[in-house]
Amino acid sequence: MKHVGLNVAADPLCTFAYTGVNGGMVFISADDPGLHSSQNEQDNRFYAKFAKITMLEPSDSQECKDMMKAAFEISETYDTPVMMRMTTRVCHSKSLVEYGEPLPQKKKEYVRNRAKFDPVPAMAKGMHTEVEKRWKTLCAFAETSGLTQEEWNGGEIGIVSAGAAYQYAKEVFGDGASYLKLGLTCPLPIERIRAFGDKVKTLYVIEELEPYIEEQLRAAGIACVGKSRIPVEGELNPDIVRKALLGQETPTFQYDKSIIPIRPPMLCAGCPHVGFFYELAKQKDVVMIGDIGCYALSGNPPLNAKDFALCMGSGFSMAHGAAKICEKFGDSHKIVGVVGDSTFFHTGMNSLLEAVYNNSNVVLVVVDNRITGMTGHQENPGSGHRLNGEAAFPADIEGVARAFGVKDIHKVNPMVLSESREALKAALAFQGPSLIITRYPCALKKYSKEDFEEFGCDRTPYAVDEDACIGCRLCLRLGCPAISFDKGGKKAVIDRVTCVGCGVCSQVCPKNAIGKVGV
Amino acid sequence: MSGVKNVILCGVGGQGTILASRILSICLIEAGYDVKMSEIHGMSQRGGNVTTQVRYGEKVYSPIIGKGSADVLVAFEKLEALRNLSDVRTDGGTVIINDFAIQSLLTLQGAMEYPDDAAERVRALVKDTKVIDATGLATDLGNPKAANIVLLGATVKALGLESLDWDYALEQCVKPEFLEMNKLAFKAGLEA
Repeated sequence: MKHVGLNVAADPLCTFAYTGVNGGMVFISADDPGLHSSQNEQDNRFYAKFAKITMLEPSDSQECKDMMKAAFEISETYDTPVMMRMTTRVCHSKSLVEYGEPLPQKKKEYVRNRAKFDPVPAMAKGMHTEVEKRWKTLCAFAETSGLTQEEWNGGEIGIVSAGAAYQYAKEVFGDGASYLKLGLTCPLPIERIRAFGDKVKTLYVIEELEPYIEEQLRAAGIACVGKSRIPVEGELNPDIVRKALLGQETPTFQYDKSIIPIRPPMLCAGCPHVGFFYELAKQKDVVMIGDIGCYALSGNPPLNAKDFALCMGSGFSMAHGAAKICEKFGDSHKIVGVVGDSTFFHTGMNSLLEAVYNNSNVVLVVVDNRITGMTGHQENPGSGHRLNGEAAFPADIEGVARAFGVKDIHKVNPMVLSESREALKAALAFQGPSLIITRYPCALKKYSKEDFEEFGCDRTPYAVDEDACIGCRLCLRLGCPAISFDKGGKKAVIDRVTCVGCGVCSQVCPKNAIGKVGV
Repeated sequence: MSGVKNVILCGVGGQGTILASRILSICLIEAGYDVKMSEIHGMSQRGGNVTTQVRYGEKVYSPIIGKGSADVLVAFEKLEALRNLSDVRTDGGTVIINDFAIQSLLTLQGAMEYPDDAAERVRALVKDTKVIDATGLATDLGNPKAANIVLLGATVKALGLESLDWDYALEQCVKPEFLEMNKLAFKAGLEA
């Protein structure tokens, strides 16, 4: 899971450390220094220390494979969950890997053992004692583990590092420094680091994000240089390390960058969310609280529909909270919360129940695009197929809502703007919780037989009638990648290759100047 | 790190930069180099820019390089050449540009002008700049999407790696029905 996923899994993790694992258990947690595609830059290494479990940090593809085997061995030997801590750079880079021979999987029989596996308080006290005992054993193991490797190149500079940061250190210092490369970073092999530090004049700790290693060295009285020079924020690279520790900068071309337009990610041509957000943004006094997924982009211009979001689930949970505060203080804002179909099943349902049971005056919306869009089209409980492609009974969002007690439910084809408009009008006027479900497949989805049957999915492109277009630019407010404006001719232009024929722009046009090609 | 070559391929999501990088990497691995390839592509399928880095040599440590270190920058879209120009080494870097423009939301909306002279601006700074109509060449061969393979051919020429087994690398990465066309696209890039 990614870093923020472990926040959700932290509850089982911390007690799982108490029970131990019986067989072997390794989980992968990937941090995102640089926020390439995330909402924060939290450093999950602290979770390992917090839960008192073991953590390994691979620095390239080969180590990812090799350390996975080591991680299972540690997990089975010491009866501990093991965290494999990755970062975006290790996940999104490829390097050569030599395979080994796979080992056979063995079943370990279940044996009833409440003292070990049932953490009611009386039992959990004993489990905590076991955790502390195990921690001491793991600390001793860390000191002798082959996962720590020393490369000696003289005593001038010593570098302690792990993960991708180690590769950056090697790139910058080459043979000009000695290294203590850590593979096992929880618990840290403190005495080995101390001995290494004693042999060098200057000890650098090169790590991405927080001073996780550095703080522990300082607490153990080991002098080192780290975050006073190396940034806490963002992803490191060899340049940053070189500049921070050696004060050297690589010359670069200097030129006017102000003329370079950024490429903000945008909702796709034909995205079924666009029309709904276009109508939502036109509503007065609405605060829209969003969630994670493609529709996170709905806050950007020109749609400007979303006000804020927080995390997975925030679309419904924060909307409920905000609606209650508005009610308490007589605030006239109308609160709209938006989640996607996958998010609804994952985290939205709890908060829907919360809002309904507490009679929140809120409009909750599920933008159902029949698939998990943003992460690459994984099936979800509403899509009617399992991850392996097998057919399954598609969970019914409306059915869930009715079971929870939602009375005001509106089902909308978001490709027809008037449907979204009418549903929003009725839901915003309704006192109490309303649910709007928009339903149309993602523009990038490989349509299923059911999709064709239900939606037709006609993709004939649209074109602008130049004689009828008055250059009012209303269609540009959709932010569709297929629509541009010809400044010379003062007309809107639709790129036929990009257009997928959703027809939303033709409904926005006040002059009926947009129509299907060949119709 | 001496002896390591750094190649950056940049473009817009959907242009096939990652596939081109994979083919390049596979061929280099077959030729016995240590290779590291890295992708930077946050929300690229939604119209964002994409960068991949391929580093090869006897021994490669970091999967990414910093500014001013690319031996060859290959831009699948000309504005992206300008955006990533500070990655190129000031002493002897090469830039290959596809003479092709993809608008950004800002230029579509008229909030900013697309700099049509992007390639000229690059050439003014980098002597070894080569502008080729990769999309046009690929279109002539029957599929504009094969522009990525045309650009790969041009990259291979710039790196002096023509003698490696590119047919094999293409066969590993390209569907059989597109193989012949892609081989032609590669050749067009070598000769461009």
